[in-house]
Amino acid sequence: MALPPPDPQFVLRGTSAAVHTLHFSCGGPEPDIPLLFSGSENGFIHVWNLKTHRVDTALDGHGRKSVYCVETMGGKDRLLSQGRDQRICLWDLAEGRTSVTDSVFTEHVGFCRCSLLKVAQGRWLMAMAARSLEEVQILELPSKTSVCTLKPEVGAKLGMPMCLKLWQLSCGSQPMLLAGYEDGSVVLWNVSMGKALSQLICHQEPVMSLDFDSEKAKGISGSSEKVLSIWSLNEQQNLQVYKTYELVNAGISDITIRPDKKILATAGWDHRIRIFGWKKLKPLAVLDYHTATIHCVSFSDHSNPRQRLLAAGSKDQRISVWSIYAQT
Amino acid sequence: VCFIPGGLDCSISFVSHVLGKVCVHGRQKEILGVLVPRLTDLTKSDCIWQRICWRLVECVPDRWMEAVVLGFVQRAPGADALSRLLGNLVVKNKKAQFVVTQKMLLLQYGHTTAVLQSLLGHLSLDSSRRPLLLRVLQELLETWSSSSAVKHSPAEQQLYISKAILICLSHLKEPEIESCRQELLASMMEGVKCHLDSNLPQLRRLGMVVAESISLKINTEGPVLKFEYEEDDETRELKSLLVQTPSFCVVPSLPDDHRSEEADAPPSVPESDEKSPGMPDEESEGELDSDDDLIPYDMSEDKELKVKAPVYIRDCIEVLTGSSSEDVDKWEATVKALESLVRKNPAATREVSVELAKILLHLEEKTCIEGFVELRQRAQVAVLTTDPIPVAKYLTSQFYSLNYSLRQRMDILDVLVLAAQELSCPKFHGKTKHSGAQKPCAQLLPGSDSSKDWRRIVDERIKSKTRRFNMGQPCAKLASHPNKFSSVAGYFFFPLIQHFDRPLTTFDLLGEDHLVLGRLVHTLAILMYLAVNTVAVTAMGKALLEFVWALRFHTDSYVRQGLLSCISSLLLSVPTEQILADMTEELLETQSWLADVMEKDPDGDCRRLALQNLLLMENLKKKLEAVPS
Repeated sequence: MALPPPDPQFVLRGTSAAVHTLHFSCGGPEPDIPLLFSGSENGFIHVWNLKTHRVDTALDGHGRKSVYCVETMGGKDRLLSQGRDQRICLWDLAEGRTSVTDSVFTEHVGFCRCSLLKVAQGRWLMAMAARSLEEVQILELPSKTSVCTLKPEVGAKLGMPMCLKLWQLSCGSQPMLLAGYEDGSVVLWNVSMGKALSQLICHQEPVMSLDFDSEKAKGISGSSEKVLSIWSLNEQQNLQVYKTYELVNAGISDITIRPDKKILATAGWDHRIRIFGWKKLKPLAVLDYHTATIHCVSFSDHSNPRQRLLAAGSKDQRISVWSIYAQT
Repeated sequence: VCFIPGGLDCSISFVSHVLGKVCVHGRQKEILGVLVPRLTDLTKSDCIWQRICWRLVECVPDRWMEAVVLGFVQRAPGADALSRLLGNLVVKNKKAQFVVTQKMLLLQYGHTTAVLQSLLGHLSLDSSRRPLLLRVLQELLETWSSSSAVKHSPAEQQLYISKAILICLSHLKEPEIESCRQELLASMMEGVKCHLDSNLPQLRRLGMVVAESISLKINTEGPVLKFEYEEDDETRELKSLLVQTPSFCVVPSLPDDHRSEEADAPPSVPESDEKSPGMPDEESEGELDSDDDLIPYDMSEDKELKVKAPVYIRDCIEVLTGSSSEDVDKWEATVKALESLVRKNPAATREVSVELAKILLHLEEKTCIEGFVELRQRAQVAVLTTDPIPVAKYLTSQFYSLNYSLRQRMDILDVLVLAAQELSCPKFHGKTKHSGAQKPCAQLLPGSDSSKDWRRIVDERIKSKTRRFNMGQPCAKLASHPNKFSSVAGYFFFPLIQHFDRPLTTFDLLGEDHLVLGRLVHTLAILMYLAVNTVAVTAMGKALLEFVWALRFHTDSYVRQGLLSCISSLLLSVPTEQILADMTEELLETQSWLADVMEKDPDGDCRRLALQNLLLMENLKKKLEAVPS
């Protein structure tokens, strides 16, 4: 007899705008307060204290334009945020400061979230959609030098890049980029050489979000249709479709795989979060709390597995935080 | 008739005279039935026989030439045979030329497509005759593109001319098309305009097919003209005329084609088998992993997300008029649910009926819903039947107002008719709401088909009336309902008939908008028909008769068909005693008009309707004479 799905552990209210992006920073040692960063449509980035469940700080750096991506760069003191004002801002939050130390003018007018990858101590690669329609630019941070620009071949008609994921197999190996495009295909790029290794058409509609497990060389992508597509990378670096899963309602905004690679969560346009087992994509739970489309889901990076949380931000201006499958 | 072969120098003119005289006296069939096949065989390979045949026809005196040529063209089994038989007669003899190029193509239209093919093929086969082909094409195009011809000639003649044009086009060669490209283009533009202006869908389709074909021929590179229309047998036949198949090569090559097609089929089958072995391998990984520790939760609540439609009529109004363009799901759900809500809440609907009618009349498709037009129409009919008088007043006044599109005006007419039907026979709309409402919707939305359906209904009514006259009441008694249409028939009918001759800046019934006039006339006929047994029926009848009288010479055949349907409805609905009491003189005048229409109207449907009306009048007279007064 299956148990009914759990309720959220707590719900964060107070953004007064739709929540578009979430990022946890809970990995620090004990006296550090676990934090959750959220970006909203009104341009604010809220820093939530997960012990008091209140906003500690509100950062205003994007001219009241919607913030659709937040990431931390090695700890909660350095934050990166991307907004609809076509800028990516780097923040210094140490010791209570709230200042923008640097910014990159992307000239990108779409909604493609950038992707960060730490390649060495103090050095990151960032993939972002650039000004030109189909291109992805790779920058090195914090120096902001351009590493390369990934251009699809002429006539490929991929459309805009919709979602990006930079990854490398292990520290020191070649960084690769997986990009999902408007025409429904996922392309694997080799960043150092700047060329595409493989392209796979996963969906009939634009790819809304994707995530990749580099250990198992398997990835998953969601789109505006009802199908989730799971694909794998073989030894020749070719993408192949592994499996598809049909959902009850169409539309996925975000997919994320938990860091321990056991489960994954999807954010749906039908107001529901779905949890699946990553091994065989076994449906595990449907969390129905929100009353509007969910824009983002994120897993926490707690070092203690039992404290792990899942957060979902929705258009109904709430952030629901769940503790699910934390015991395994 | 047997000829002596071999070297004798004989004069054939006597035979020609005999042939001519026989043909002109109407014995073409007998003599040419024997002569033509024999000559066809003889002339196949023998040049002498060909020359004899040509001399034969050339010597026929002019006064009998037409009959002979006509007979030959009709009986020749194909263009080659005709060329062998007639030679260059059409070039040498003026009378023959007239018959072939003018009379058979432009003045007559009863010949079959095969005859057209052999005639035009014959013109195209010889270089001395080809100029005639071009001239024929030009004259055919002139007729095809003349607006008076399109309006006044019968549909069968227009079909014939279209076929002839297509066959001519199929025979034209590149250099010839080059030389007359401009003229072809000009005629096509003229002609397509006249044809599209017509109210009869058959003529519109004919125009479209011919214009497409001309465009195909003159534009060898670049985009060609393409219309959207429903394909049916006629259009397919017309299109097939554009392609000339050589008559003798077809048969032997068919078996070869079939064999090569079959050879292609087998290779594609083995490929699909390779895919399946790949899959099972991935499933059988060693699965002793912690995935099985993850126990799924109950997911039975995970169902398809449905948007709730509003439950109150006023909420519906808010959603439909609301400017919130974001909640399109709610808008869609409202549109779908509106009809049933209106029917379930008549009291609430009556409070806001005119407002709802206004909103629905102006409602445009915001998102792509399947069957939007039907949904809107059903909702409008529901509102109109729930609160007939104010909504009918509103709709009829809007029919004659400024700034509505033709489509909206015709929608008003359709809605009035559907609602009238529902009000007068409520038993259709109990459980079988869908089936009852579906049929009239499908009937009335496409153009002039409604006249055919209503004619069928009128025919049945006539039949049922005559039966009742002879045998009493054969049908079982149906459950009776109060006729809700009775009290409101006048509100539907009279405002529509009031202002038809008053033109507005954007709407002129008697001028350009004759399509709407046609639909209006048909609507009035239906309303008249449905008003049987109502109190207002006599007044409606009188008004309708005056209306018909004013418009009886209208040039558009669709309008005339409508007027004749009005007379039918009138004769069927108004009680006979009332007709004879109030409308005797008008009816007599109408009778003479109907007789005129029956004989002289170019449109076949009009003639049939006029005949039917005259029969109805006869029936009435007989009925009255039979009843002892």
